[in-house]
Amino acid sequence: MKDDVIIPGPEKRLKPHRLLKFLRQEILPTTFCPGCGCGTVLNGFAQAVDELGIDPKDMVFVTGIGCSSWIPSPYFKGDTLHTTHGRPIAFATGVKIMRPDLKVVVIAGDGDIAGIGGNHLIHAARRNIDMTVLMVNNWNYGMTGGQVSPTTPFGVPTTTTPYDNVEHPLEAAELVAAAGANYVSRWTTYHVFPLMESIQKALQVDGFSFIEILSQCPVSYGKMVDMRKASDFLKFYRDQSVRVHKAKAMSAEELEGKIVVGKLMERERTEFTASLRRINERFRKG
Amino acid sequence: MTQRQSRLKEFENRTLFLLGDEAAAYGALYAGCDFFAGYPITPASEIAEVMSRELPRVDGYYVQMEDELASLSAVIGAVWAGGKAMTATSGPGFSLMQENIGYAVMTETPCVIIDVQRSGPSTGQATKPAQGDVLQARWGTHGDHEIIALAPSSVQECFELTVASFNLAEQYRTPVILLMDGEIGHLRESVTFPTFDEVAREERRLAEPDTDLFGGEPIPPMSLFGEGRFIHVTGSTHKASGMRDVQTQAVHEELVTRLCQKIADARAEIASVEQDLVDGARIGVLTYGATARPARGAVLEARRMGCAVDFLRLITIWPFPEEAVKRLAERVETILVPEMNLGQIAREVERFTSLPILPLPKIGGVAHTVDEILEAILSSSSELGSAVG
Ligand SMILES: Cc1ncc(C[n+]2csc(CCOP(=O)(O)OP(=O)(O)O)c2C)c(N)n1
Ligand code: SF4
Ligand SMILES: [Mg+2]
Repeated sequence: MKDDVIIPGPEKRLKPHRLLKFLRQEILPTTFCPGCGCGTVLNGFAQAVDELGIDPKDMVFVTGIGCSSWIPSPYFKGDTLHTTHGRPIAFATGVKIMRPDLKVVVIAGDGDIAGIGGNHLIHAARRNIDMTVLMVNNWNYGMTGGQVSPTTPFGVPTTTTPYDNVEHPLEAAELVAAAGANYVSRWTTYHVFPLMESIQKALQVDGFSFIEILSQCPVSYGKMVDMRKASDFLKFYRDQSVRVHKAKAMSAEELEGKIVVGKLMERERTEFTASLRRINERFRKG
Repeated sequence: MTQRQSRLKEFENRTLFLLGDEAAAYGALYAGCDFFAGYPITPASEIAEVMSRELPRVDGYYVQMEDELASLSAVIGAVWAGGKAMTATSGPGFSLMQENIGYAVMTETPCVIIDVQRSGPSTGQATKPAQGDVLQARWGTHGDHEIIALAPSSVQECFELTVASFNLAEQYRTPVILLMDGEIGHLRESVTFPTFDEVAREERRLAEPDTDLFGGEPIPPMSLFGEGRFIHVTGSTHKASGMRDVQTQAVHEELVTRLCQKIADARAEIASVEQDLVDGARIGVLTYGATARPARGAVLEARRMGCAVDFLRLITIWPFPEEAVKRLAERVETILVPEMNLGQIAREVERFTSLPILPLPKIGGVAHTVDEILEAILSSSSELGSAVG
């Protein structure tokens, strides 16, 4: 591994960042737009992996199609399966069943995971298969230029809701909790430290773990709502977020437009691949 | 002895009375299949049922997914994690799989997809057989590509061609489609099982460290997840290293041309037919799958009546056995193509000969009868002016 990495740009030789070792450095810089939340998620994820001391050799990353999917694929230096749009959780199911010893991580967007791939999300959570899914929710189809997504807030204009969105957004984290996952939380790119802790937790959970990460798309989404700076979103996340325990005491009207953050579910249901293996045990000769 | 060997030992040299679907499932087990993901659909569900029962006994894994998109997704994921994997479906599910078939082509993922064809379009006559997916198998996914597809005509062949499908998938690092039809899938016939060692199994060719996994040679070796190679697998256009490059014209051209050529160039090796030719034949009957059965009966009957007819059965549908078709065309004056669709392969045959091609289509969920095909043979024969004695 090269240790004096030069990020193209200023002629200054930078001291390599501690977490750069986790990245495919030869393809940096990333293609994310300036101010995009994907960088924060990548940073937080790499930090969590580093702190847990997980060897990337023991991980497999499975992604879909969209800006958020690029966080691990190609940037994270690990085995990466960059799949068809909406299907990463289903591909990851095959990987995990065959190699339960590997940590399987899916990172993809709201359109990918909750839209076109919503059915796979529900059923993977129901099976409670051991994998960690980070859904980067930027409230739109970022990569394709800012179309409405299943998580776009009500009443917001997008490139395909020019007269404002008349659909209600999906609460993906609550859905996954109801479907049977062992661990579910929601955080935002404003809440970097709790997010990092939550990623660590999710990576350690045996069973399906899901984090919905609200993440800014100041370009495709921001252009339609006049939030063109990352800070516009971070302030919004800060001001509109309500912790889970506080939210419990609030009425539906009070919660309107709020972002409930924190841990939504933690439990210990039987994990799917372990159950499959127990069936095979029955036929193994002693 | 492995768990698989000892389980399959219970079948060796035995003759059982099985459905085509069941025989195909056992073929997969002999071939070394250790992962199956699927979604129920008539007339393919019996394959899943056998796999769910047998896979745990050979230390393999069965999972029923939420749909066919997920089924092929899981299969491809399992392959990169080291599995030999298969799914099985019928028309509606096969349609849903098309995007991921292209993904398997582009990522050079060896896997087997069984399509037990039924009457369509759409839910059509859901429980009735057809051969309407032969062109979908060839062209169903978007973009330029080549595909391998085989079509069994008997229950024994369901077993054998499933084994062959797994081997071709590994040999050419590509998805292989076993184009069964509802007639054969639900036909019950005797099938004789070989011993485990009698079955040739193509092992996956794994790469040495530092070799490219997506180029550098016509069929590059593979590597698997979890070996510390940090493989990058993508359905987007990529360089030999696997890294995406969707901008450079030459990179795309080189990749897609290689993917096509690795199969097209091996046409002679892959393309397999059964032919039964007779001296003086002026008529040829070209067929495949279930339709080959009444077609063979009609050819034999016509010969008994003094009409010399050549018989050519395609075992490989794709890549198309062009050479065998051209040879037949050189021998005869007209070619009859009975098939359970409105003339899909007949049209392909026309590309390789200027002879008059007589499609003999039949749809509606009922197979051709011997008499129908015989009648067509005899009327062509009288048009050609040959005396039938
Ligand atoms: C089957 C299919 N349909 C549509 C597309 C086009 N497409 C590419 S990315 C994308 C949306 C991505 O949105 P999201 O998953 O939220 O990711 P983001 O870019 O916002 O991070 C779409 C619709 C595709 N690639 N495949
Ligand atoms: S379009 Fe949005 S999500 Fe995509 S890179 Fe740009 S800012 Fe990020
Ligand atoms: Mg999005």
